[in-house]
This record gives sequence, structure tokens and C-alpha cells, in this order.
Amino acid sequence: MKYIDEYRSPELVSGLLQKIEKRATGLVKPITIMEVCGSHTTAIGRYGIRQLLPDNIRLVSGPGCPVCVTSIEDIDQALWLAAQPEIIFASYGDLLRVPGSHGNSLEKIRAAGAQIKTVHSALDAVALAQAHPEQKIVFMGIGFETTSPTVAAAVLQAKKLEITNFFIFCSHKLMPPVMRLLLADEELKIDGFLCPGHVSTIIGAQAYNFIIKTDRAAVITGFEPVDILEGISLILEELTNGVTEVKIQYQRGVKEEGNPKARTIMNEVFQPATVNWRGLGEIPESGLVLREKFAAFDAQRHFSVPEIRSQTNHACRCGEVLRGLIEPSECNLFGTVCTPASPFGPCMVSNEGCCAAFFRYPQN
Amino acid sequence: MCISFPGRIVAFKEDNCLAVIDIGGTKREVSLDLLDEAVTLDDYLLCHAGFAIHKIDTEEAQKSLTLLQEIIDNEIY
Ligand code: SF4
Repeated sequence: MKYIDEYRSPELVSGLLQKIEKRATGLVKPITIMEVCGSHTTAIGRYGIRQLLPDNIRLVSGPGCPVCVTSIEDIDQALWLAAQPEIIFASYGDLLRVPGSHGNSLEKIRAAGAQIKTVHSALDAVALAQAHPEQKIVFMGIGFETTSPTVAAAVLQAKKLEITNFFIFCSHKLMPPVMRLLLADEELKIDGFLCPGHVSTIIGAQAYNFIIKTDRAAVITGFEPVDILEGISLILEELTNGVTEVKIQYQRGVKEEGNPKARTIMNEVFQPATVNWRGLGEIPESGLVLREKFAAFDAQRHFSVPEIRSQTNHACRCGEVLRGLIEPSECNLFGTVCTPASPFGPCMVSNEGCCAAFFRYPQN
Repeated sequence: MCISFPGRIVAFKEDNCLAVIDIGGTKREVSLDLLDEAVTLDDYLLCHAGFAIHKIDTEEAQKSLTLLQEIIDNEIY
């Protein structure tokens, strides 16, 4: 397919690998590069990129999978909402198998009779609301800056069409605040970020200026093997020559200024709020909630979700996986109790999850 | 859910609010509400969760591949 195959060219890959090896010999100490996008995690696993790199370059995965970072409290509330008889709960497919506190999942309660529909877009949920005026449609909004503008646009559409039975259960997250937190982590010692390609399509390059201010490298990178290796090579170049700018390796998918129209729509509907991340806790201004003007679409305000005592299962080490502190194989349950067919924790559920990527593409 | 994919515009619908795109033979409809530039037939769009979010700069894609090849040729070979 156009502009996919070319970015898998074996010739370019081997050229880039040689370039990386050459640059890596000039490093004074080993370096750690973090990727914070689930699609990067999957691509790195699929193409075996970790194994191809010199020993002094360590790649770690961060909290880039929206399903994985959704807090157990949000999952429990979603389960409560989805169980209400007047509600049709609309969700992206990969949330369905995430276990809640008491072993339930959307998939399990659907089998027991709850009305849960899988959708690919928030617009599908708006269409459901039109088709079922007698029911209340609750759409679970998760995802980073790539996804939240699409949900915001769906809310505007529902408003325009004067739809009153469409609600958002909002669990959207923002990428820069969590990257800021990880950057400050003394244990992690990140030297550079492979910045997420499609989040950057929306937020643009300047959103990462805080990274280069700390002399760490930031390269916005695409998702094919050539992209990822070029991204790593550019990080090495920055670290060797001095970090001066946020580089865009993924020029075909990201403009310097991002997509201002999508940001305007996102900001019209949502405002930043302090939210809870799985494994990372509360992070100031790191999530989105609906603005007062759109309160009528807010599931949290419309339905009185009772207080649920959520329980994190401490045997699951997703928290440390999401912070890049351990590799999935260091979790005792990895590959035995916890597999993609029978996931114990959220990082094993989604295709984009780090544990799922390590399971599907063994690293050694 | 996080996947964004490129597709080529093969038709427009509903007063140009929607585009039909071809992704390696499969057709999908995407909303153009989030796109901040004008597009025409045969343009490539990056699509995510039912929306086009970016017009792919095909010229840039070609240029960067050529440049990359040159860098590799000159620096290593
Ligand atoms: S392997 Fe399973 S239980 Fe262990 S950290 Fe990953 S998701 Fe959690």
C-alpha cells in the first residue's frame, strides 16, 4: 500500500541500523528511550526492533495504551452504567474484556443480558441514539488527543441534531502531562522520547518543548520500521550534538502546528481536569471533562453512579509496566495466569497493551 | 481503537461533509469535520475513529524517502 511498503524497505532498514550502530559507539553512557504510544509498542514488538539495537540503547514502553491507563474506578463505573436497563452502553471493542474490581467485564455482563454495543466511532453512538429514542445511549470516551477531538465533534453533532439521549462517560487523557511526570522520574532516567505520531498530528511539535528544555531529546515518529529506526537515529543525533529542537521524523503525518481546527473543537467541548491513571495515580490537568455548556451530555452528571469500592489487584504489576519500570515478563503472572485469551490485567487486554505486545512477539 | 490508517478519497457525500476512502480495497466513510484543509479526490487522508484527521503530505513522504536513501548512501556506503 502506498507509503506503507516504502517505509518497510529492507534496504533502508539495514542502512539505518548501521547508522544507529555507528552513532551508538559515540555514546558516553547507555541511554534510555521511551515510547508513549501503544502503536509504537506494538510495532517495536512486531518488527523485533528492540533486539536489533546495540546494547547501549534501551527501549522502554510508557503509558501509551488508553485502555491500559483507564483507572479501575472508571471501569467499575462503566460496568455499573452498562448494567442499567434504560442504558445502551456503546464502547470501543478493546475495552470489553478489561476486568473490573470484582472479576466482571463489559463482555461478561453483556453475556448476562446488559445492552452493550461495540462501535468504531463516537458518531456510531450518535446514530444509535437517533435509532433508539426511547433508550439512553452512553458512549465511553477513552483515548488521547488523537481520539478526543472525534468525540468532541460527535457531541457537537448531537447538539446540532438536538439529540437528548446521548451521553459521554468521559475518561479521556492528555499526553504531555504524563510525559512531564515520567521525565522527572529519577528511577527511569529517560534520555529521549519517541513522541507519539498521531497524538502529534493534533497537538503539533511545540507541545513537547518542555522535553527539550531539560536537554532530553524529543522526536515525533511514525509507525513503520523505517520511521522508528529513523526516530531512534535522530534521538542519537540530538543527544550527541546537543538537543535544540523537537524533531518531526513523521513529516507525512504531522505538521509543526498540528491540527488547530481539531484542537479548537476539542477545547470547545472539553476542559482539562485532574484525573486518575492506572498505576500512576492522580496527575494534575491530565484528563478531560465536558465543559459546563455541554453538561447535558455528561453521563457522570446525568446518572447518579453510586460510590463503588474499587479494588486493584496487587498481583498485577501493570502500574510498573506502564511507568516503564519493569518489563511485562518480570510480572509473575505473565504468560501463565495472564494471557491475551484470559487477561488478568488491562495491559494484556488491548492489542496496544505492552503485556499483549510482549506476549505476541517474544523478545528473546 | 487507537489505530489510525491512511486511505485515498474516492468519493464525497452529504455536501462534502463525508468522504468515502479506499484503504487497500476496503471502502469506509469518514467525517471531514476535523480536517483543516481543503481536499480533493485521490488525496490521501489519515483516518481515526470515523474521522479524517490529517491530509497526508504525499510529496513530503516521497521527499523524505529519497532524502533518507541519499543520507544512507553517502554516510555509510
Ligand atoms: S502480565 Fe498481566 S497481570 Fe502481569 S502486569 Fe501484565 S497485565 Fe498485569
